[in-house]
Amino acid sequence: MVGKMEIRSLSGFLARRLMRKVAGGVEAYLAIAGAILLVVVVAMTLLSSYIAPYNPIVEVGPALRPPSSQFPMGTDHLGRDVYSRVIYGAIVALEVSGISSLLSSLIGTPFGLLSGFLGGKTDRLFSIIMDSIYAFPGLILAIAIAAMMGPGVINMSIAIAVVYIPTYFRMIRGQVLSIKEELYVDAARALGAKNSTILFRYIFANVIPSLVVVLSLNVADAILTEAGLSYLGLGIPPPTPDWGFDLSKGKSFLPGGYWWMITFPGLMIVIVVLGFSLLGEGLNQILNPRLREK
Amino acid sequence: MIIILLSIIFIVLRVMPGDPVLAMLGDKAPIQQVEAMRHQLGLDRPLHIQFLDYVSNLARGDLGNSLIWGKRPVIVEILEHFPATLELTIASMIVMLLVGVLTGAQAAYRRNSPVDYGLRIYGIVIYSLPIFWFGMILQLIFGVYLKWLPIAGRIDPFLSPHGVTSLYTIDSLIAGDLLGFVSAVQHLILPSLTLGLVLSGIFTRLTRVHMLDVLRQDFVTAARARGLKENTVLYKHALKNAFIPILTMIGLQFALLLAGAVLTESTFSWPGMGSYLVERISYRDFPAIQGAVVFFAVLVAAVSVTVDMIYAYLDPRIRY
Repeated sequence: MVGKMEIRSLSGFLARRLMRKVAGGVEAYLAIAGAILLVVVVAMTLLSSYIAPYNPIVEVGPALRPPSSQFPMGTDHLGRDVYSRVIYGAIVALEVSGISSLLSSLIGTPFGLLSGFLGGKTDRLFSIIMDSIYAFPGLILAIAIAAMMGPGVINMSIAIAVVYIPTYFRMIRGQVLSIKEELYVDAARALGAKNSTILFRYIFANVIPSLVVVLSLNVADAILTEAGLSYLGLGIPPPTPDWGFDLSKGKSFLPGGYWWMITFPGLMIVIVVLGFSLLGEGLNQILNPRLREK
Repeated sequence: MIIILLSIIFIVLRVMPGDPVLAMLGDKAPIQQVEAMRHQLGLDRPLHIQFLDYVSNLARGDLGNSLIWGKRPVIVEILEHFPATLELTIASMIVMLLVGVLTGAQAAYRRNSPVDYGLRIYGIVIYSLPIFWFGMILQLIFGVYLKWLPIAGRIDPFLSPHGVTSLYTIDSLIAGDLLGFVSAVQHLILPSLTLGLVLSGIFTRLTRVHMLDVLRQDFVTAARARGLKENTVLYKHALKNAFIPILTMIGLQFALLLAGAVLTESTFSWPGMGSYLVERISYRDFPAIQGAVVFFAVLVAAVSVTVDMIYAYLDPRIRY
């Protein structure tokens, strides 16, 4: 019996949507391009010890050499291999952005759900606090927190996480407010479903696609913020390879025209951020067809 | 909103883990010295008293005294650095709006053409650039290789314009100092291009979406039917109507502009608020750090109120 295959999983749903979209829009290409970039970067990170030709934190050659066959991206002011540092640098960037996005979604989502679902005074209180944080320049808040807490992966992740909690809160709350009015929620309530059932099985389940989109875009932002913090000297203490910190070192050698010290770490940031942005944008168009631009 | 922002800053700076005194003196500082420092900064008092103190001092515009270099009042130091940031943000905002709105309008007008796709990709890619890196690349190209433009500072060190506004471009114009004006503008070009272009991506996308809406409306068709030139229709009729939502966005983007200014200033050694904040962080000058952050908060709140007022003026349907 060969019937129509039902696709239940999110990935199956995505794949089906993707197949349909490839014919028509650019959105699918965006998502695919982003995903490819990310797969490459993640593979590179996991295999960094195999790919990188040198140890990133020891002197392996003369200082400040331009790119050559021996050092594909040149060497830095301490004679370390820029290529190896660029590859290892992905670890800190992905760690910090991953932990911070996870933290902010874990805090922002439940508050958003409750705020939107309960309404009234609770909602107003949460909203006003979240809106205030949201209005504040994120990087400056992260700078203040990071300066207070000191360097380190976890501290940096917390500093960045605080900044992005309102992003999740606002998005989830907005979605809950509109989903709450849907007929199927009324139907569930009429059938006697408990509040908790409605909140989790009906409302939360329908928020997940948007959550995935925001998560992807948020990781992109978090990587930029992480790079900014470490560029300003609030990141991981040296000699751990870190793109933002390497850029700040490269800056002092910029007037001498040592372009390779800044070009490559920066390009890596752009590639990873672009990967997450494209993935997020593409998913957004695919998952929320109602939002699709005319 | 401002009260809540100030409370959040207070919580971040005083209640969250991390001891400013230990950070200032180092972990191995003798206990007496640490206690004395705590007492001097008033950190040994109960939290609610500290909070009341903090708010009442703020209301009087007193941000405390800096811990280094003559221990001057923080507010004085901030006001010295603020004009530089103001000049940079205004110039960047002009770049951001010009580039963003024009590219967005073009993308909407040529919807689904290669130009549209190109500009949409521009919108995403430019926003993915780390501001400081983009700035360094511009420095490398226009400053180091082509030697067209200076890569650091606000003005030639041999010129030091004095004037009412402390915005070097305007001061030198008022004083009729052509040399100073040219130098100030030259120094301003790269930093404002850096910040303005990176943030223009958002406006490209935003303008495109709103223009698409507006271009489908009847009054646009009517304007075309009357035989008006396409450019008149696009820029005078359509863009004007798409501009109101864009304006609200400017208010929100101001926060991003300030955050970006911190990175831009640090890259271009621009002596503004961002450089001040970063410099004081490296000296662990906590009253100064707190003062700068509070100042940013007040600034953001002030701009958001101003934008609301302009918005109400432009759109008569809105009343507060």
